[in-house]
Amino acid sequence: MNWTWDVIFENLPKLLDGALLTLELVLISGLIGVMLSLPLALMRVSKRRWLQAFPFAYIFFFRGTPLLIQIFLVYYGASQFDVIRESALWPILREPYWCAIITFALHTAAYIAELLRGAIQSIPKGEIEAAKALGMSYPLMLRRIILPRAFGIMMPAYGNEVILMLKGSALASTITLLDLTGMARTIIARTYTPLEIFLAAGIIYLIISALIIGLFRMLENHFNRHQQAREKPQDLDAQH
Amino acid sequence: MAADAAIAVYKLVFSMDLQGFGHLLVEGAWVTIQLALCSLFVGLLLGLLGAAAKLSSSKIANAIGNGYTLFVRGMPELLLVLTIFFGSSALLMAIASLFGYDEYIELSPFVAGVAALSIAFGAYATEVFRGAMQEIPKGQREAAVALGMTAFQTFRRITLPQVWRLALPGLGNLFLVLLKDTALVSVIGLNELMRQASVAVGYTKEPFTFYLAAAMVYLLLTCISMLGLYLLERHANRGYQGAR
Repeated sequence: MNWTWDVIFENLPKLLDGALLTLELVLISGLIGVMLSLPLALMRVSKRRWLQAFPFAYIFFFRGTPLLIQIFLVYYGASQFDVIRESALWPILREPYWCAIITFALHTAAYIAELLRGAIQSIPKGEIEAAKALGMSYPLMLRRIILPRAFGIMMPAYGNEVILMLKGSALASTITLLDLTGMARTIIARTYTPLEIFLAAGIIYLIISALIIGLFRMLENHFNRHQQAREKPQDLDAQH
Repeated sequence: MAADAAIAVYKLVFSMDLQGFGHLLVEGAWVTIQLALCSLFVGLLLGLLGAAAKLSSSKIANAIGNGYTLFVRGMPELLLVLTIFFGSSALLMAIASLFGYDEYIELSPFVAGVAALSIAFGAYATEVFRGAMQEIPKGQREAAVALGMTAFQTFRRITLPQVWRLALPGLGNLFLVLLKDTALVSVIGLNELMRQASVAVGYTKEPFTFYLAAAMVYLLLTCISMLGLYLLERHANRGYQGAR
């Protein structure tokens, strides 16, 4: 076997182009996913049984089936129905790019909703009772107390979810998109150097993961800064 | 018989006709189950080895363990599947040519799939096992050493039987992830559930019907696994019921 470094350096600009598309897919679908997860999580923690049913089924389906099936259901499956093909949505659903974003957003929304539900339920009861005692309405309480607290609690777990989504985004290559994995596959089809190029792609994924982990450390500190303030004076005391 | 019944139920519930391709999906599901169980077995071994390497006092073993989990957990599973399937031929042929064998060698998709999925499973299982091993009170290991047991004896007699109970919930989650990741092996042409669904789509031009049918089979397998895991956990915790 001839290991060639040249092939990696020659194709690095292409791989970085692919990495850019990967980042774009993760970022856009992540933002849509967070927005979709909010109503899902709020319905899930509702006390009304009939409101819980939809998010339960939604989360069950998207967490219980492979992402690959979901992406094929959207990309290939949608074309089975004439209603969709003749609708205004068709120009969007025909594009692999939008299919990938829609699928990833729906997929990650299910996971985030489950994280958010856990976070909302683990907010100390006293904080919500205090908000009620102050006469806050439900929307106000949601905005000032429940959601900021829930985001802080779920932040570490959400960081993991973003990493999983980064890895899941490689599936975009199965519907012809040239993301990092897709780009690596096209290069290999031309150069026949699978080990070198896949290794290079793997290292780029690793670097992106490291950046995401760093970003979430910062976000965690931001959302949980009330807890740091409590700890710092204790540190000072210990020094005296 | 059970397969016929399942196909009939599916037809009734979703009012979609599988046009005689239902049995193809059932065969695919069986390959998926074999793939998942083989990968689980190899992956558990890799996880135990990884955890042993990470907790070992040898710096080299630590580095190998850390490198393994860092690299595999930061890399998409699909990339791992592709690397092993396409990369292994180059590697195996290089080794074989050292022994004067110059024919083309290729791993079968099943073997490549098991290798990729078990390496991925093993990396996550390493962390689960490591956490579980650290949960076991240090005094127990010290007592074993005091009784004159070797490191391996301590591991087999004291640590391992207790690790099982502590690691089970984490391993259960990983198995559910593994079950879904088996679909990725369809990309390298193994005739498992996902690929059989694609074959049926090729003939019938009804993608939604067949991918949804396959999705339902994955959901069913997930439900069965969850039930199995619940029973296993109950069995593993039988000595602890009512203790806390």
